Amino acid sequence: MSAVAFLNARLVCPVQGEREGGLLVRDGAVEAFGTVAVPDGAAVVDCGGKHLAPGIVDLGVFAIDRAAFRAGGIVRVGLMPDQSPPLDDPGVVQRASLIGKPDLWIHPIAAATRGLKGEELAELAFCRSAGAKAAGTGARWIADSNVMRRVLLYARDLDMAVVSHPEDGGLTAGAVATEGETATRLGLPAAPAVAEALAVARDLLLAEETGARLHLRQVTTAAAFDLVRAAKRRGVRVTCGVGPAHLFLSDIALSGFRSFAHLSPPLRDEADRQACLAAVADGTVDVIHSGHQPKGPEAKRLPFADSEAGAAGAETLLALALALWRDGRVTLPRLFALLASQPARVLGLDAGTLEPGKPADLLLFHADAPWRVDAEVYAGMAGNTPFDGLPVQGRALRLWKGGREVI
Amino acid sequence: MIGSDHRPASMIQGGAVFPHRHLLGIEGLQPHEIRFLLDEAERWVDAPASPPDRRLAGLTQINAFFENSTRTLLSFEIAGKRLGADVVNMHAAQSSVKKGETLIDTAQTLNAMRADVLVIRHGSSGAVQLIADKVDCPVLNAGDGRHEHPTQALLDALTIRRRLGSIAHKRVVICGDLLHSRVARSNILALTALAAEVRVCAPSTLMPAQVERMYVQPFTDFDAALEGADVVMMLRLQTERMDGAYVPSPREYRLRYGLTPERLARVPDALIMHPGPMNRGVEIDSSVADGPRSAITEQVAMGVAVRMACLDVLTRRARGVEGWA
Repeated sequence: MSAVAFLNARLVCPVQGEREGGLLVRDGAVEAFGTVAVPDGAAVVDCGGKHLAPGIVDLGVFAIDRAAFRAGGIVRVGLMPDQSPPLDDPGVVQRASLIGKPDLWIHPIAAATRGLKGEELAELAFCRSAGAKAAGTGARWIADSNVMRRVLLYARDLDMAVVSHPEDGGLTAGAVATEGETATRLGLPAAPAVAEALAVARDLLLAEETGARLHLRQVTTAAAFDLVRAAKRRGVRVTCGVGPAHLFLSDIALSGFRSFAHLSPPLRDEADRQACLAAVADGTVDVIHSGHQPKGPEAKRLPFADSEAGAAGAETLLALALALWRDGRVTLPRLFALLASQPARVLGLDAGTLEPGKPADLLLFHADAPWRVDAEVYAGMAGNTPFDGLPVQGRALRLWKGGREVI
Repeated sequence: MIGSDHRPASMIQGGAVFPHRHLLGIEGLQPHEIRFLLDEAERWVDAPASPPDRRLAGLTQINAFFENSTRTLLSFEIAGKRLGADVVNMHAAQSSVKKGETLIDTAQTLNAMRADVLVIRHGSSGAVQLIADKVDCPVLNAGDGRHEHPTQALLDALTIRRRLGSIAHKRVVICGDLLHSRVARSNILALTALAAEVRVCAPSTLMPAQVERMYVQPFTDFDAALEGADVVMMLRLQTERMDGAYVPSPREYRLRYGLTPERLARVPDALIMHPGPMNRGVEIDSSVADGPRSAITEQVAMGVAVRMACLDVLTRRARGVEGWA
């Protein structure tokens, strides 16, 4: 493959920072960042002064939705094990890890336990050799602490992070909302917000004791962030993520029984939402992800408590994440650490930055382009977004995976 | 502001007094709109049986009950028939019509049959609103999950107003399983809108979170809550919740929250209410339920009047009643 020079760009790299200049790509990898001499015969891409950043690595999506990922500027995804069948078998894992290439690299998160039942260890070493990049509990927690401890021990031996869903299943059984005024007024079965901190505390203690790598896929409450902060100070190998819904919406969004706002974990109160924003700003949060879970009307056009949890998020991830930068909570390099380099690190990938030698996974975006989220005109499989109707800014323009443009 | 406290709501002319297509809940109703419905119900309480007022003649009322009910269904059926409507009952409870697209499909089916008014009960909060969004006719919520049961709140308010003369500044104690009760939610909204002082009382295991944000005062001690009460409204405790899940046993529940003659003696003038069906000997003793201050059977009678009023008001636009078209 020949060389491609990206010129006239505002470069954004989680490691090298932000600057105007160009980027040289050769053989699918970054060769030079900043001041670029265009070699003879190199193709030239004029970036028109727009931002050029690492392609987004979306850690923890529930569906393979190419059109949505393309529209959202996402080049790699960590695929949740909650598939049908679950990703607990090397054959299924291998298939998942191959079907996206070359445009979309899917990094399966293997089911930590057989059938995600939380009882017996799955064949993690086989799954790893089939392409799995982490082990996960899926969209539920492992209730048995002994099983969870063995998952952590075993995954540590394989140097795989364990991606957990920290919500105490006893407290959340049957619940579709967080306890509080909104759930009380709507008459929805609700669980106390402490269900999260309770599960986070257990998982952190087990991670500390076993020395395993733990990634808390979604942390959404002030109490849980305090636990994560303290654990990080003690040197526990923990990372955590949060999605735009919990950063920009509180449980008031459930009003009118809007099932598009039925999420897992559920939306929290305003104080917890503010705690999520603070945790992004102070560095406690490592990953921002979409939790992409497209669901059609058969799953969503139901009474709230009967509807399925989850929202389509891939297409709105970039625009909503840019709001954090626009509000002055993070710099652009830090934002792309949250969106690319840190999720890549959790998955053990050598990607997510624009440093020389890294895969040329590139996203060219217009940071200010205004548009309105519209559930009716989604590129992806479904438009079940709690942000329907919201005016946002920021659009992916072009996308390259390994130096090859994704059309 | 359309309504003021100085003129009866019924003086306000035309559809503007009740500008709602459906009755999905008390939430969203203005105090004057609630008073208007009560005034309308009042006239049916004492209306002579003959000659019958058949103002809904030729209209089809479908009672679609996705959850079991005896008294509410019967009450709506009688209300419709007294006004001359053709009443059809659909019992969808426990059948295949419970989940999935089927609820929307059922709504569209009912709509295609061109009902003039739908009365719906469903076990899931918000289900009635979901159906209402899909149909062309007025929808009356006859209870959705733990959310609302507006006609129950209206009949309770009417009962209180008739017995005590007014609702404003009366101290109403609602006691029982508030967590799972749609009756409690609708009553809290209606009574606080009408300026009553509402106290709610339950063990903390059956108390909804942040219920005080609905402008009520929560109590766990029933005797303290009863202090100075004008009305005591007892809620039904489902039998499956009595045996250890939320409270240890029926007898322990009765000990702390049962309305016994001894407790009644502390509030000698209070009006006693219960939405039924009662667990006699658990939340309420028989001597109390059947005693002179019990308004329980009167509530049932008010229920028919309130439902007649709601059916009448919601169909006025379709019937071309002057001022409502």
